[in-house]
Amino acid sequence: MTAAAVSRVDTTDAETLLELVDIVKRFPVRSGRRFGRPSEHVHALAGINLTVRRGETLGLVGESGCGKSTLARCITRLHDITSGTISFDGQDISALSRRRLRPLRRKMQMVFQDPYGSLNPRRRVGSIIGDPFANNGVASGEERKRRVQELMRLVGLSPEHYNRFPTEFSGGQRQRIGLARALALNPELVVCDEPVSALDVSIQAQIINLLAELQRKLGLTYLFIAHDLSVVRHVSDRIAVMYLGRIVEIAETEDLFTHPRHPYTQALLSAVPNPDPDQVDDGARIVLTGDVPSPVHPPTGCRFHPRCPRARERCRIDDPELTVGSEPDAVPTHAFACHYPIPDSEPGRTA
Amino acid sequence: MTSTPAVATITSGATPAAPAAIHGRGPWQLAWARLRRDKVAIGSAVVITAIVLLALFAPLIAHVLGHSPDTQFRTTGLTPDGIPVGPGSTFYFGTDDLGRDVFLRVIYGARISLLVGVVAAGLAVLVGVIVGLLAGYFAGAVDGVLSRLMDVVLSLPFLVFAIALVSLIGPSLLISVAVIAFFSWASVGRIIRGQVLSIREKEYIEASRLSGASDLRIMFVDILPNVLAPTIVYATMLIPLSIVFESTMSFLGIGVLPPTATWGNMLAESLPYYRVAWWFVAFPGLALLITTMAFNLLGDSVRDAFDPRGDQFRTTGR
Repeated sequence: MTAAAVSRVDTTDAETLLELVDIVKRFPVRSGRRFGRPSEHVHALAGINLTVRRGETLGLVGESGCGKSTLARCITRLHDITSGTISFDGQDISALSRRRLRPLRRKMQMVFQDPYGSLNPRRRVGSIIGDPFANNGVASGEERKRRVQELMRLVGLSPEHYNRFPTEFSGGQRQRIGLARALALNPELVVCDEPVSALDVSIQAQIINLLAELQRKLGLTYLFIAHDLSVVRHVSDRIAVMYLGRIVEIAETEDLFTHPRHPYTQALLSAVPNPDPDQVDDGARIVLTGDVPSPVHPPTGCRFHPRCPRARERCRIDDPELTVGSEPDAVPTHAFACHYPIPDSEPGRTA
Repeated sequence: MTSTPAVATITSGATPAAPAAIHGRGPWQLAWARLRRDKVAIGSAVVITAIVLLALFAPLIAHVLGHSPDTQFRTTGLTPDGIPVGPGSTFYFGTDDLGRDVFLRVIYGARISLLVGVVAAGLAVLVGVIVGLLAGYFAGAVDGVLSRLMDVVLSLPFLVFAIALVSLIGPSLLISVAVIAFFSWASVGRIIRGQVLSIREKEYIEASRLSGASDLRIMFVDILPNVLAPTIVYATMLIPLSIVFESTMSFLGIGVLPPTATWGNMLAESLPYYRVAWWFVAFPGLALLITTMAFNLLGDSVRDAFDPRGDQFRTTGR
């Protein structure tokens, strides 16, 4: 995969906010040996190329363990990447020291998955939301309190709850607190790492609508990570599908749902439950055999080939690049990494 | 939970800035509420308070009684054969082999025991928490070095080193405190390190880092409050341990030296007389037993009070 492949995909003239080029992240696996170099690695991200445009919502889907959260933490530099380049707002941030990173952190914030683990149980809500102000010397004393309460109002919390502890809030309210903290310094990009997957379905809708409203009000850009396809479809302008540390397909939302080109995407989409009883079990569900291969020893060639119903000999040897289809009428915004893609004419499920 | 009014007062007392409106209860208030309902905790707190008051007002009591703990009553405090006299109206706990008032010596001994216990435990907790925070937070090489250091300290035989050290420098109150703290901090450090290792992986630590917090701020603002509960529990458990350590050292003559009264050196002096003067052994021994037991029981209760499952899993109807 090369940067050229990405720029071919990125044909629109919308301004690029975040650009990832060949992001690789490996975690050492500690084997029995205590000292010396670890002999094995988890290949969590194996060459991610991705562009996020200003003002859009990019959905990122994939099954558990495919590297979605690792990618989120690499983008926000909570993890150091092994190799590759992260450009934010035109600036290469992949190797910045923590001190140099601090001013940039204001522009890039994160909403976490676990509403219970992401708020310090020993601190009051006001002080949690005020943390970004305190750490960046932005506002102090009464001024900080006023701005924190403003933020609380913005995300739909009552400002009187300023002095409460996180334990006194429900999951949905806790996500609002996390959102308020993320928005404190007026970020441009908010990485949402499965922000609703731990919530009740009715609460999910509230939080998603809040996210959409805030995007309109504040002109935010979202990288929205989820494994719930219906949620992602609802919020995203574009969707990227990940499998085992790679992006296997990326397209505009409706295009992806109606015309998936990668067999993995097709299988993933077919697994979405259909609420219409007349259409249930029409035989369209594709059940993948086998488990996700170990990221310690990823398969050769195409990473999906051991489970792929369309795999042929070439897939075992040759690793496909993420490119636009070669057909003359191929959609220019639709890229996939497959040697034998599903023909564009074959419709996916419209559920 | 029924004791809401009481708790509400505590809350507003602890945080004056909080509005008086509705109050939820943080983990500290919950622990405090549990502790207040725990009869064993109240009982041991009363005993400890009594001992502290006796120790504090020992000079006043000596003044009222009209003699010091070192005064030797060769005529009234000893029988003509030189045997100590038993408990009575003049000497409540009897006298020792030199005709000194055992009661006064016991409450003067409490001063040393409490002082050494609290100061040594406090010092050990302070060092242990800092080392544990550093090792757990930075992990990697820092953890490697600090953890090995703790292993070394924990594997040193306490008595051998205490005796060797004191024979080099000479016994004193300060040395006792230093030696006891030196041999206790590592166990605190280990516990805190383990706690920090698990806390540093929490998402709220990542969130803090994202908001631009420095390492120091994360350690002391985000992590420390979360390890304070085990720290307090461990501190209350370390006090009796330090008191016993001090008594052991005094007993062996490597702690606080006579004529200053300590429970340890009183026990040592009483040994040849235990057949003829039981009170000489019994009262310092009982003082030691009651004090350490009260602290240990309080420590247990504090631990239970901080346990989030405390209410459901408490086996006895305390």
